[in-house]
Amino acid sequence: MKIVVLVKQVPDTAEERKLNLATGQLDREATDSVVDEINERALEAALRLKDADKGTEVVAMTMGPADAVQALRKALSMGADSAVHIVDDSLNGADTGRTAATLAAALRVTGFDVVLAGNESTDGRGGVVPAMVAEHLKLPLLGSLVSADIADDGVHGVRQGEGGTLTVRAALPAIVTVTERFPEARFPNFKGILTAKRKPVTTLSAAELDVPAGVSRTVVVATVERPPRAAGRKLIDDGTAADELAEFLVANRLV
Amino acid sequence: MSNVLALIEVSHRGEMAASARGLLAAAATLGSPVAVVVSAAPLADDDVAWLGELGAVRVYAALTAAAGTVLVAPAVDALGAAIDAYSPVAVLTANSVDGREAAGRLAVRVGGSVLADVVQVRSDNGTVVARHSVFGGAYTVDSVVEGGLPILTIRQGAIEGQAPSATAAVDEAFLDTPSEGAAVIDGFNDDAVVSARPELRTAATVVSGGRGLGSPENFALVEQLADTLGAAVGASRAAVDAGYVAQTAQVGQTGVSVSPQLYVALGISGAIQHRAGMQTAKTIVAINKDEDAPIFEVADFGIVGDIFTVVPKLIEAVKARSN
Ligand SMILES: Cc1cc2nc3c(=O)[nH]c(=O)nc-3n(C[C@H](O)[C@H](O)[C@H](O)COP(=O)(O)OP(=O)(O)OC[C@H]3O[C@@H](n4cnc5c(N)ncnc54)[C@H](O)[C@@H]3O)c2cc1C
Ligand SMILES: Nc1ncnc2c1ncn2[C@@H]1O[C@H](COP(=O)(O)O)[C@@H](O)[C@H]1O
Repeated sequence: MKIVVLVKQVPDTAEERKLNLATGQLDREATDSVVDEINERALEAALRLKDADKGTEVVAMTMGPADAVQALRKALSMGADSAVHIVDDSLNGADTGRTAATLAAALRVTGFDVVLAGNESTDGRGGVVPAMVAEHLKLPLLGSLVSADIADDGVHGVRQGEGGTLTVRAALPAIVTVTERFPEARFPNFKGILTAKRKPVTTLSAAELDVPAGVSRTVVVATVERPPRAAGRKLIDDGTAADELAEFLVANRLV
Repeated sequence: MSNVLALIEVSHRGEMAASARGLLAAAATLGSPVAVVVSAAPLADDDVAWLGELGAVRVYAALTAAAGTVLVAPAVDALGAAIDAYSPVAVLTANSVDGREAAGRLAVRVGGSVLADVVQVRSDNGTVVARHSVFGGAYTVDSVVEGGLPILTIRQGAIEGQAPSATAAVDEAFLDTPSEGAAVIDGFNDDAVVSARPELRTAATVVSGGRGLGSPENFALVEQLADTLGAAVGASRAAVDAGYVAQTAQVGQTGVSVSPQLYVALGISGAIQHRAGMQTAKTIVAINKDEDAPIFEVADFGIVGDIFTVVPKLIEAVKARSN
């Protein structure tokens, strides 16, 4: 089975992330870039299938600037077999529509049985790219799964819905997105880091993929920074703090 | 007036989703709201009346045997057909699991673009402008769609108020069963309805608990304070991971974003990913025994103390004052 995992390099959520107020785009200098945690969980799901069946091939794919290759190296050191990097100046600031069209074109080139992605990226929080990819490829999407059983005869999964969960299934090929309920990812081991250097990374440009320029796109028209919150009163409890808090809540009509 | 489509989700039990109010309110600020509803059985008169009360001028009732057995695809087909019928200036869905997938697929199918996780909408000389709250509310970003249909996913609970009531006219349509590329629903496992507490996303007060609670049993303390304050219950990811509470209660970067009047954090350190989901609350109260916990940096009222001594006293003190 061939599994392509869509990984995205994002600003580290552990730091204060910044937008460029003039362009509305991410300020890449402000924070370290990391593989989005949800994509590591997706990769972990793929690697567990590979652990169980050595015939499983795991490909990590990303669309991003030159240094996004680091995200692919990380995936390779964790155990992916190969990687695909879609990099092109014309993709700078691509919106979800263009991103999805490009990923779909690249997926047509690589081929796959299953595409694994995150349910939502921590920078864009759009949660729409996998659905768009699925529509381009006319494939079923099993989105926001809390668990999945991926086999040659199809994917069976449990999906987080609004008022509960759903049991869902689809035949292969299919697109699957995972939620945080999936297990945390393994750390790359020493051997993994060494062998990663020898694993192939294919680079694709937008021109090679021949993605038709969509007619529609999103444009940011204004970006405003909110003043940070200031800290208020801080009491060390000496037995009376609860009473003071109750007073505060009453005085501010919060109870 | 221009039509605006709003995809109204219906549960497998036939209940209309609470997100309908915000969707129709947002739709009404952009044009004439058309509620798009997909169901296996014809809509009850009560449901149509309810949608009208919330502002739907028309209801596009798409009937298909696939509702409830095929995942999301029927909603995309219904929206596609409704676009042909009403030539809308925008399509709105909830920023829910189903809503986002429907929006993404629809954008590709009809040549539009998605404006995701929208907290406010307005029409600027006929252009639909969507407002987003980015990086936990650190930025406010306005965006538009050029050259195609704007498809907006609306953050649940973000839109206040209600559209003017209307008497909704119903247009019924029959959809074919989607054949190509659809996933199948085999069953539903509903959450047990355990309480009459307010819904987390729209609650005026939220009481959240973190790893400091220490055990699922101790988490009851959070629920007790929540009930005293008439609040919804939230949690940190660490509390969810430890199994103290269901994942749906998670507040933060990868959980729910809330902006209540009052947010109370109990035994939560205030990691940046947690703050990303709650720092736009009007008033923040934190109780934590670690004086240096980052939650105090955003708290209007912080108590350095043990939750197991402070919270029971707080419950008594609040009860005494509200009598
Ligand atoms: C990609 C990503 C996404 C994430 N998304 C989220 C998210 O959506 N939501 C979220 O919450 N986190 C999220 N996190 C996790 C986040 O980084 C923290 O790990 C988490 O918020 C910590 O939860 P906590 O504060 O309950 O636990 P801890 O950090 O362990 O804090 C527990 C606190 O309880 C206090 N305490 C202990 N006992 C007592 C007592 N008896 N009385 C008073 N205080 C006590 C301690 O002093 C401590 O400050 C995310 C992380 C990543 C990497
Ligand atoms: N530029 C990208 N490169 C690779 N995968 C991506 C990219 N953008 C989004 N994805 C995938 O789509 C998921 C959801 O992203 P989003 O729709 O942006 O929230 C991510 O977790 C990734 O798996």
